[in-house]
Amino acid sequence: MAAVTTTTRVRPIRRRPSLGRAAAWTVMAAIVLITLLPFYWILRTALSSNAALTADPGNPLPVDFTGGGFARALGVQSTKEAIAQGGSGGGLKFWRYLLNSVIVSTLITVCQIFFSSMAAYAFARLRWRGRDKVFGLFLAGLMVPAIFTLLPNFVLIKQLGLVDTLLGIALPTMFMTPFAVFFLRQFFMNVPREVEEAALLDGAGKVRIFFRVLLPMASTPVLTLAVLTYITSWNDYFWPLMVSYSDSSRVLTVALAVFRAQTPQTGTDWSGLMAATLIAALPMLVLFGLFARRIVGSIGFTGIK
Amino acid sequence: MTVASSPPSRLPLRGAERAQTEPKSRRARAREGQGDGPLAALFIAPAMLGFLVFLLWPTLRGIYLSFTRFNLLTPARWVGLDNYTRMVNDPIFWDSLKVTVEYVFINIGVQTVSALAIAVLLQRLTQSAVLRGIVLTPYLMSNVVAGIVWLWMLDTQLGIGNEILQGLGFDRIPFLADETWAIPTIALINVWRHVGYTALLLFAGLQAIPNDMYEAAKVDGASEWRMFWRITMPLLRPVLAVVLIMTVIGSFQVFDTVAVTTAGGPANATNVLQYYIYGSAFGRFQFGYASAMSVALLVVLSAITFVQYRLTQAGHTDLG
Repeated sequence: MAAVTTTTRVRPIRRRPSLGRAAAWTVMAAIVLITLLPFYWILRTALSSNAALTADPGNPLPVDFTGGGFARALGVQSTKEAIAQGGSGGGLKFWRYLLNSVIVSTLITVCQIFFSSMAAYAFARLRWRGRDKVFGLFLAGLMVPAIFTLLPNFVLIKQLGLVDTLLGIALPTMFMTPFAVFFLRQFFMNVPREVEEAALLDGAGKVRIFFRVLLPMASTPVLTLAVLTYITSWNDYFWPLMVSYSDSSRVLTVALAVFRAQTPQTGTDWSGLMAATLIAALPMLVLFGLFARRIVGSIGFTGIK
Repeated sequence: MTVASSPPSRLPLRGAERAQTEPKSRRARAREGQGDGPLAALFIAPAMLGFLVFLLWPTLRGIYLSFTRFNLLTPARWVGLDNYTRMVNDPIFWDSLKVTVEYVFINIGVQTVSALAIAVLLQRLTQSAVLRGIVLTPYLMSNVVAGIVWLWMLDTQLGIGNEILQGLGFDRIPFLADETWAIPTIALINVWRHVGYTALLLFAGLQAIPNDMYEAAKVDGASEWRMFWRITMPLLRPVLAVVLIMTVIGSFQVFDTVAVTTAGGPANATNVLQYYIYGSAFGRFQFGYASAMSVALLVVLSAITFVQYRLTQAGHTDLG
């Protein structure tokens, strides 16, 4: 057998161009097109003027190219001009909402990941009585759908006097999610024991081992989790909608829905609205662009939904 | 729960280290046979606080509130099963449940099939990370942004969707303004946003299937189609089951897209359960009734999860 294979090496199974493969590639191309078309359409509309959109709705290029939509979304256009171009004149305090979104998402992400990783370490690496029971309780929390806790949490936030504050928006998810704990515990459990033992022999305490050895080792799962948590809290709408009433605590998603509802008499200000959606979505696209490789690689591992 | 339990860690701790990391008394107690108890308590305290205050307590309170009349301003008043009898006799509740189920069926059906197709194409056609990244991009949008964009693209008068339809010789469709079209349209918008993520989860499951199996089948002359049914599907089933449970639970909670596109209309055609709950609580200040409906939703979701676990034997797989 060996003698034979030395002369006639096993030929790699070549992928011949076939009708089936061509069809499969066509389907793939269609999927990419459907995925990306809306992004292009946002840009195309944002750069058009409202009057021209009405006259020429099917044009694949921006019609009557203008930056007016962006100017309205950013609130740098005078009210008179905005109304003349089909805007509501209501304006969007974009920078305020952007800052609110950044504060809320950062607060949630940093605290949640930090506290959850501490808990995950305690569940995975420390010895204490009742550990598995407490962990089981946390796991059961995975089963409670978000909607169920929203109303009672609103009542609580109201009683704490935190309605219409950024802290009120961040608080419920700031300390932990069962998923984050579960996910990080999974990682810590797979770290070889020798790593910890070596550090112990070097005289490090458990606290130091966690911060200096295990946490740095977990940088990839922590980063993935952090980026996805950031995206999730940035995109959240229901909870911030419940809690915030005024500009002081309004985040971008809520502001966008308000902007959409401010329909001027002339009809929806589509170019302004598309400019605003583009600006609101841009930070996440950039964030994703920076970490895409790692996230795409490890997304199956996370199982976040 | 099989936890790899740590070996007893009673290695002597050095004084300097001890002083640096923890108060002495805690450390001293920790050494005396309790394992890492005090340290663990410290590490777990913030997460525990969050768990008790914002997850466990609201869950119990939600159930309690469902037996009360409560408008936020005056204290909750116990009314027994009033909210539940009202719910059973409320045609709008049943209607919104029906609409929600319709939404879930369309959303899950289309999403699962397309995600599976995308995942298989990604695996069998190319392993390109760029393609995987592209497929994920809609997931980066919020539901609000996705809703607004599609609202525009599907606008009856000015939307590109209807321009294309007309160009192809069809009639214009009032996608979000028509009672029969609104729910399927919203379901498909959410498929657009979520399908890439689901596809990547399935793709990860596919990666676990050894490539040798496909090569061997190919040598035996099996077609791609046959390999899909004989290799891919059976081996992917546990992953598929877990992903399915997660997407069903997720899609029952549809709210954002409805809120920005149709606001429940036309004529309650898209008044999904969450939207009705929200309206009852914040529109009419009936927090007790809204809580009762949330309990109903929780029961429905638990039942679905349970049945799915049983049917697919997903309980044997690791949720990770």
